[in-house]
Amino acid sequence: MAKSTTDKARNAAFVREPEYPVTTMAVVAPIVGWLIPGAGHLLLKRYGRGLLIMLSVVAMFAIGLGMQGRIYKPNGGDILDILGFVGDVGAGVLYFLARMQGWGDLMAANAAADYGKTFLIVAGLLNYIAAADAHHIALGKKP
Amino acid sequence: MNITLSHFSAAVVFAVFASIVFGITQRNTTMEQVKYGLYCFAMFVGGVFVAGWVMALIRR
Repeated sequence: MAKSTTDKARNAAFVREPEYPVTTMAVVAPIVGWLIPGAGHLLLKRYGRGLLIMLSVVAMFAIGLGMQGRIYKPNGGDILDILGFVGDVGAGVLYFLARMQGWGDLMAANAAADYGKTFLIVAGLLNYIAAADAHHIALGKKP
Repeated sequence: MNITLSHFSAAVVFAVFASIVFGITQRNTTMEQVKYGLYCFAMFVGGVFVAGWVMALIRR
């Protein structure tokens, strides 16, 4: 019994995970996907998934702005402000466009604006997940 | 542009878009993605109702 357990452990140690060589596309797709939500999947010819991701992230970002959500600027202050910036910047070009146009600069103090801020952050976070997914597809880990 | 959503409608809109991305990114086949997306949506909206009832009971 003990020997069998030892053998199993030894065999498990020799089971090698399949290798996924890093290709150019595995680097480019997530970067493009981060900059333009859904574009990483479009680049990998996952058109349906790409368009749905684009629709979801862009809609969440637009609704967040429409609800007068605040856009975080780069900062080194409070940890929650730093994390807010990290979330917002996940939306890629949408974030930079909003910063250039001065959208999300107002500091409205109402519940809707608070929800809007959350929408903006979550749009960015969802786009990070989508970019990671594009990376996995490009590697061949996911169909 | 000024969008005014109630707490509930904001939560449902949030659930729709988050569920779409979760479904696409966390499952492999189309059918699995649809099922997982619907599951996430149900959990989000169900969570809103549960949290609402908990807050209502605490307030009493």
